[in-house]
Amino acid sequence: MSELITTLGGAPALAIDDWELIDDPATELADAVGKVVVPLVWALEHADELRARGDFGLWLKPDDVVETAAPLLDAVGIVAVQYLKFTDGRGNSIAWLLRSRLGYAGDLRAFGDVRRDQLFNLRRCGFSSFRLADGQDGEAALASFKAFSGAYQSSADGRVPAWAQGTGA
Amino acid sequence: MPQASPPRIYRYTEFDQQMVDERVAQFADQIARNLRGELADEELRPLRLQNGLYIQRHGPMLRVAIPYGVLAAYQLRGLAGIARTYDRGWGHFSTRQNIQYNWFKFEDTPAMLADLAKVQMHAIQTSGNCVRNITTDAFAGIAPDEIVDPRPIAEVLRQWSTFHPEFANLPRKFKIAISGTTDDRAAISVHDIGLQLRVEDGALVADVYVGGGLGRTPIVGSLIRKSLPWQHLITYIEAALRVYNLHGRRDNLYKARIKILVKALGAEKFAAEVDAEWAHLKDGPGTLPQAEYDRIAASFTLPEYETLDDNVEFNDAPKAFHRWVERSVHGHRQAGYRAVTISLKGRDLPPGDATAEQMDAVADLADEFSAGELRVTHEQNLVLPHVRAIDLPALFARLGEHGLATPNVGFITDIICCPGGDLCALANAKSIPIAQALQQRFDDLDYQHDIGEISLNISGCINSCGHHHIGHIGILGVDKHDEEWYQVTLGGDYGATPEQARIGVIIGPSFAAGQVPDVVEKIVKHYLANREGEDERFIDTFRRLGLASFKQAAYAKEEGEAVHV
Repeated sequence: MSELITTLGGAPALAIDDWELIDDPATELADAVGKVVVPLVWALEHADELRARGDFGLWLKPDDVVETAAPLLDAVGIVAVQYLKFTDGRGNSIAWLLRSRLGYAGDLRAFGDVRRDQLFNLRRCGFSSFRLADGQDGEAALASFKAFSGAYQSSADGRVPAWAQGTGA
Repeated sequence: MPQASPPRIYRYTEFDQQMVDERVAQFADQIARNLRGELADEELRPLRLQNGLYIQRHGPMLRVAIPYGVLAAYQLRGLAGIARTYDRGWGHFSTRQNIQYNWFKFEDTPAMLADLAKVQMHAIQTSGNCVRNITTDAFAGIAPDEIVDPRPIAEVLRQWSTFHPEFANLPRKFKIAISGTTDDRAAISVHDIGLQLRVEDGALVADVYVGGGLGRTPIVGSLIRKSLPWQHLITYIEAALRVYNLHGRRDNLYKARIKILVKALGAEKFAAEVDAEWAHLKDGPGTLPQAEYDRIAASFTLPEYETLDDNVEFNDAPKAFHRWVERSVHGHRQAGYRAVTISLKGRDLPPGDATAEQMDAVADLADEFSAGELRVTHEQNLVLPHVRAIDLPALFARLGEHGLATPNVGFITDIICCPGGDLCALANAKSIPIAQALQQRFDDLDYQHDIGEISLNISGCINSCGHHHIGHIGILGVDKHDEEWYQVTLGGDYGATPEQARIGVIIGPSFAAGQVPDVVEKIVKHYLANREGEDERFIDTFRRLGLASFKQAAYAKEEGEAVHV
């Protein structure tokens, strides 16, 4: 059972996940009634269909070229970046690019092999929600967002480096 | 002796201290969860590595960062205290300006890190697939040939890379080295990023080299950006790391370093990709303001030097003193002062090792003779950077009392050596016994003196922690059918500039451990017999004669000798 943490309300909190991952839209999308997340490559080929349907989001894999998602970002309800292994940091750069380069301001989710001890960094890279790996304790994981009270560098979470705040000196 | 001024290390702010303390708390919690069974070993692994904690052959190993090799006396006392309290009373200085402990209890690690934090030290990012401890010239700030003091830039980049959220899980480890002299002493050519600092039109700039490295695929770095103004260092390196993070290989551990990506794309294409990314970042919020550079640079002031005569003669001193001066004492920017290298390559301990008592003694000597400041070299020795020339005889005598006056710096027994198979779980073969056998073989000081300047590096496996690829003589431990064999390379040199760097060439089939001293001696004798005068160094003779000549000498058979093919 995987739990969901969201920061959309401000402080990180557990939430109910109402997005459905659609692995194979060609066969599964027709039957899906609610909010769906579809693979980026498929979405780019079916952009008009998805815009007409609404309630859709993009599923990005680590080797997807995030810039190609740009034409759809105005229409999506979520971008979900998959971690195949928690030690694969490509999703961190993908999130940073979505926020800082492509200007995406909606819900940005990390899912897959997402673990408690990565959450602090993932949030800094711009993620706003986190669907934890099976077996991760969501309630206990909330503490990890408080690991550090400041930062040495800017990323995509709006924190400024200590020196730019004047607390470095 | 009371300090006239605080030591010239980067002075932690409350914020810096808080970040290190919070890291200790975070790690203590991770270890506690692991011990309670809530955090699996494989999940803890990358977390502990980013805190310098390995699980080794006999138990854990903790690697503590000595940022860019700069250390205050009180910090060395802290390191001695940890060796005494948690370990068996010694530590090992590594080739990357770190210190490693090998004999402590896993569950003591949080307490060790807490003790380190009390002396403004840490083990943050000394391992793992992240930006590692940034290294530079051990004589930074005092060397007569220095163009730019690299310490402020090193500290700027240390802070920027500390807990970088985007680059915490790179394809592989990432090492940055910085040189501020024309004659590079930081081996920047064999780092993932090497920065050569220069002054151009009165302004500080950096030449950026990328994709150098040792290990399985030794490569000399390529120049991808010339004359980068210092304000843009962070954004440019951020661009390079983003390209690497997204495009570096993750399918094969041995092909994951940035050097493989640079090689696959070609340096020009890689540079173009970095430039394309950098175009978005240049002049953005990551641009370093003068005020922040100045704030950090203010930590690295000079001590209050006395006005002294630079000409100091020691005519009545014994030969042993003069021998030590010749090897250990280096020029200094300030008249009447010298930098002194303390060899950690004596007979009694493995190369780079020091006992807690020695660390305490060196800390006392740093307070007494060197304004409370020390350096750690990538050759695994220590340096007292601000010694009055007139104090040299007294310092020599005091070092001798602690077995720290070995006059072999830069000689064949100043062996650079990883811990090897005695301790390291990665090693294929032992390296310390090979080093000790070679030190015994070449123990005679007159012989060492005759051989002159030479570098001899030993790595216990292809990970190359002993930097054997850049040793004039390199020795690599290899595993053949579960036996330890040693491959010899010749002609390695990290060069005065990256353009001059050379990776050592394998001379031929490997040797059994017992053969190594004989083989090295044959190589050395071949040099002595063929050099053109005493001023021609080993490396120069090697370059003149070429590999074939030395290979023949190394494999020349004597009676009863077997060569493994």
